[in-house]
Amino acid sequence: MADEILVLVDHTGGQLAPATAELLRVAAGLGTPAAVFLAAGTPPPVEALAALGARRVYAADAPAFAEYLVVPQVAALHSLVQRKQPAAVLVPAYPTGREIAGRLAVRLDSALVTDAVAVERATDGGLVTSQTAFAGSYQLRGRTARGTPVIAVAPHPVVDAPSPPAAGEPVPVEPIELPTEALATAARIVERIEPERSGRPDLQTASAVVTGGRGLGDGERFGLVAELADALGAAVGASRAAVDAGWCDRSLQVGQTGKTVSPQLYLALGISGAIQHRAGMQSSRTIVAINKDPEAPIFSIADLGVVGDLFAIVPELISRIRSAA
Amino acid sequence: MRVLVFVKHVPDASGERGFTPAGTVDRTLPCRLSELDEHAVEQALRLIEQAGTGEVTIATMGPPAAAETLRKALAMGGHAAVHVCDDRLAGTDALGTSLVLAEVARRVGFDLIVCGMASTDAGMSVVPAMLAERLGVPQLSFAAEVTVDLAGQRVRIRREDGRDTVIAEAGLPAVVSVTDQIGEARYPSFKGIMAARKLPLQTWDLAELGIPVDAVGMVHAAAVVESATPEPPRQPGRVVVDDGTAAATIAEFLRERRLLPSSGRN
Ligand SMILES: Cc1cc2nc3c(=O)[nH]c(=O)nc-3n(C[C@@H](O)[C@H](O)[C@H](O)COP(=O)(O)OP(=O)(O)OC[C@H]3O[C@@H](n4cnc5c(N)ncnc54)[C@H](O)[C@@H]3O)c2cc1C
Ligand SMILES: Nc1ncnc2c1ncn2[C@@H]1O[C@H](COP(=O)(O)O)[C@@H](O)[C@H]1O
Repeated sequence: MADEILVLVDHTGGQLAPATAELLRVAAGLGTPAAVFLAAGTPPPVEALAALGARRVYAADAPAFAEYLVVPQVAALHSLVQRKQPAAVLVPAYPTGREIAGRLAVRLDSALVTDAVAVERATDGGLVTSQTAFAGSYQLRGRTARGTPVIAVAPHPVVDAPSPPAAGEPVPVEPIELPTEALATAARIVERIEPERSGRPDLQTASAVVTGGRGLGDGERFGLVAELADALGAAVGASRAAVDAGWCDRSLQVGQTGKTVSPQLYLALGISGAIQHRAGMQSSRTIVAINKDPEAPIFSIADLGVVGDLFAIVPELISRIRSAA
Repeated sequence: MRVLVFVKHVPDASGERGFTPAGTVDRTLPCRLSELDEHAVEQALRLIEQAGTGEVTIATMGPPAAAETLRKALAMGGHAAVHVCDDRLAGTDALGTSLVLAEVARRVGFDLIVCGMASTDAGMSVVPAMLAERLGVPQLSFAAEVTVDLAGQRVRIRREDGRDTVIAEAGLPAVVSVTDQIGEARYPSFKGIMAARKLPLQTWDLAELGIPVDAVGMVHAAAVVESATPEPPRQPGRVVVDDGTAAATIAEFLRERRLLPSSGRN
């Protein structure tokens, strides 16, 4: 269906990630959204996807999706694109998603755009995309010139269109074939290391994030970051220095080689604000920073900067926030 | 063991970065060996040191000045280098880059290709996966740890992509990309710098690679940048020096901006 926009569903064990709703909204602005649900042993959450605007669900259930890296998803999407000839494929821009997008674009000899923050349809049938570059200091406008564009969409894309209405009638579910010969050159997952669950909001989707850097001094005192985060109902993050020191899990790193966040509130404690860190947080709505070095680069982007000793300030701040609640 | 490392010559993030009127990265500003690709060079060197045998070839696609990036990687300990340089490559998109690099890999030959986790200019994190796709070999990307079993011809990684941590495995030949978690990259020694000057550095253009000029470059890009506009820099706000009232100042600021949990922040 030439008007169909395939959306690769972002989920963990059938639990939909916020990116799924975002991508379905982007898709609704381009054509008819169709959800592609790939899982090992989980049935597609058809009603939830329909409620988010999917008009059709394509689903594949195979152990391979949990047993091999990237390739099974590419093979499933590739066979689907060949059969359905959609207008575009949207994929969430987390690492595995971008790799799926890259390999799919090679197979389709089609345009690949990563980290698109907005996507529109051009008059010639291609797509017009917006990206940012160099830690948010440039805005790029691009266009896709060939094939079935594969777009890795950044978290929190800008969508002008209203949310698509939920499908009024039951949406059709169609199975996808997974070509098995595809797995001959795939890397096999031999072990999964379960992450610690903190019970705190997810770093990338939280409306507030409190991060700590080298200025926290040691692993024990790094606990202050979580204390402030809990008072604010915020997620915990860290600079690479804090991660390297072993004060918190690597999945909490914000920046170029960690996560990109853009919460309503970003509160940085003892973080200098090196370019590699700023690349992951400069688009936050409001930035507050506490640092004892008045020359710290973080102050050049902070809405409120406090030059001072974080250990003298944060405990009182926590009790003030608690008493305001 | 033949290890092939792909490194990119990128604008130095600590200096000024910008775009040309054609929408491509301005590579006349100070450029360097991508910091993230230094980890790829480091990983390759460690692997042959552990194996006690092998050669590391460094390759890049980039403008004439990218030869400096290759010399630096050679000074770290590489054995030979290949520079793909052709004016008609300007504006090449990721599809074209992976096409060129795959052809380099076929010509040089390899047991293992090592890439960085992302280029620090485009930051797409796709080229290693696209290379594996084009070469028909396994992809083991975002490795925080790499071990090669030469006798068994297998490579195993700990993949840390920020969402999942998995141990993954495949047979050689394969493509690996490494994160900054594999450890510090070594500095070139003075001896290394001197030795690097004498090491072989081949320069290939499109004709030598047998790639038609209309298969790459701006003319054949499937993703084209039409404009690059500087964003107005973020307006710095208020900076106050703590005089004992900072906690109250911050709390008041958060209340005014409705950023406290009780004020319906969403
Ligand atoms: C911020 C950013 C986002 C990007 N996003 C995408 C995307 O979503 N999809 C996509 O497909 N591509 C993407 N690219 C790469 C590319 O397609 C660009 O969007 C654009 O079309 C050209 O990229 P460039 O600015 O790096 O061009 P150039 O600076 O011309 O570089 C393109 C490549 O050619 C090499 N090169 C330049 N001159 C020479 C020469 N004389 N000899 C040999 N090699 C040379 C460069 O080293 C580089 O590898 C992105 C690049 C940047 C910087
Ligand atoms: N022009 C290039 N020359 C050599 N290697 C490259 C080039 N572009 C990308 N790479 C390799 O691919 C990795 C990922 O790049 P990217 O997909 O652009 O983020 C880099 O870390 C390099 O190892």
